Amino acid sequence: MIPRSFAKHFYIMLIPGLIWLIFFNLYPMYGVITAFKEFNPGIGLWKSPWVGLENFEYMFELDDSKIIFRNTVAIAFAKMVGNLIVPLVFALMLNEVKNRLFTRTVQTIVYLPHFLSWVIVGGMMLDIFSYSGPVNQILSGLGAEPVLFFASADVFPALIVGSDIWKEFGFNAIIFFAALTSINPEMYEAAAIDGASQWQRLLKITLPSILPVAALLATLSLGNILNAGFDQIFTMYNPSVYSTGDIVDTWVYRAGLIDFQYGLASAVGLLKSVVGLILITVSYALAYRFANYRIF
Amino acid sequence: MIAERTLTARLFNGLNLILLIVITLLCLIPVWYTLSISLSDKAAAAAGQVFLWPKGLTLGSYHTIMEDTQFFRSFGISVQRVIYGAAIAFFVILLMAYPLSKTSKEFKPRNIIMWALIFAMLFNGGLVPWFLTMKSLGMINNIWGLVLGGGLPVFNVILVMNYLRNMPKELEESALMDGAGPWRILFSICLPLSVPVLATILVFTIVYHWNEFFQALVLMNKSEMYPLQSYIKQVAVVIDPTKMDEEAVKRMSDLSNQTLNAAKIFISMLPLLVIYPFLQKYFVKGITLGSVKG
Repeated sequence: MIPRSFAKHFYIMLIPGLIWLIFFNLYPMYGVITAFKEFNPGIGLWKSPWVGLENFEYMFELDDSKIIFRNTVAIAFAKMVGNLIVPLVFALMLNEVKNRLFTRTVQTIVYLPHFLSWVIVGGMMLDIFSYSGPVNQILSGLGAEPVLFFASADVFPALIVGSDIWKEFGFNAIIFFAALTSINPEMYEAAAIDGASQWQRLLKITLPSILPVAALLATLSLGNILNAGFDQIFTMYNPSVYSTGDIVDTWVYRAGLIDFQYGLASAVGLLKSVVGLILITVSYALAYRFANYRIF
Repeated sequence: MIAERTLTARLFNGLNLILLIVITLLCLIPVWYTLSISLSDKAAAAAGQVFLWPKGLTLGSYHTIMEDTQFFRSFGISVQRVIYGAAIAFFVILLMAYPLSKTSKEFKPRNIIMWALIFAMLFNGGLVPWFLTMKSLGMINNIWGLVLGGGLPVFNVILVMNYLRNMPKELEESALMDGAGPWRILFSICLPLSVPVLATILVFTIVYHWNEFFQALVLMNKSEMYPLQSYIKQVAVVIDPTKMDEEAVKRMSDLSNQTLNAAKIFISMLPLLVIYPFLQKYFVKGITLGSVKG
């Protein structure tokens, strides 16, 4: 049993973290009152006049808000599906290879892109998908017209989703590799003795064993349906793809920090945060109820 | 293992192997291509003649970077940020995780603090409120804005806390019997035992601080104070909106400094490529440590 005298030392241990939490996590939350104010930088946030829900009313009148919420959900949903299925299939494929050296080399290489920043990946993509870049050269070699990937609103979402999957599929597969190693090898041996083919073992043993993990990940990712990936889109988008590529976060950045519409940008950001909080809470509750998953 | 000899099985395995090799190469090629461009002659790169091997091999771009003082200043700021950020996160998280790993019976306010942490993890006020409050805290043009601005890394605190909770109770009890105080237990028992999880969060923190670029773009008014990734974003990864009609894009490759930018991009990922073999050992563990099941 911990002695009572420990409590005061525990408080001292918590002080640095709590100071950090209060000033850099909680205090910025207080700033959300900007959404209900007519912010005037000259007199500061506290003294700026309240305007009630005016900023929110204005937001709902804007055509932009429908477009950015639609784009956000579309891109985030496509990423969600892709980032679940591609790592799953990849993990199953690699699981069929029995050569340890091969699998470890492949794993080392495919984890790497996760650690590169979006600035670097965005810079590489700009080169590779540029007008005279290798992808367009291959396309013209096949007799197709070159595509302006970064200036075409139709292609841009695919480029975003594709490069995100490229960057993250290996890393996302780690959790599946962990699940695959926990399958009891005796099941495979028993199946082989009963004459099950490799394909049958994959379908009847491996796949059912990791589907619960996939279902859990799908549930947890529901909370991210409004997070389309700010860093990525910020480095790769431009005005010619706003119609399909502009998301809530990038719009808030431009409205707030470029155009100084503090109240409006805060209102849009707050709406997104609140909806996001509800979605994450629901997804965690579902994961707890059906998979007994909890973070603490 | 069970050997497969049928023709279909061989075909299946062969195809699988080829596909896996293609996928793996797809992960490497962009990095390799960037390196090739950076080592190529400007004109050859602009004409789109470079693919997987540098054409007109030259170190010219790297010589140019050697004379770019801003590049080195930004590199230094990034290193500084990583060191401060990792050191602070390490100690703050360790100090926080130990008291929070106690039950609410042993340490009364534990659950209230936990809920405050969870709330801070799941909710944020958004970009504009964050920016305005950072400004009022004097974090503009201030390296501490970059080190602390992301807020307490709550998820990492929970990771270490979970790890300490799974530690055998007997260790702590026997130390108590021997008269060890809370600080002694923290540094002589908890710290050495949680080295694996601490290494994992250290890796994630270092990578986070090295790669983060947006906060600096917002918080720093002067480009001399940009860390490396923000500097790269400003000079090398620019899509000029005024040049986005078809004709202009065709010309853009001639006008832009493609080889130099590729060299900058490559150098800025070099530190990660160098430490990557060391960090690989730890992050795989960290992913699966992330939750308690039971």
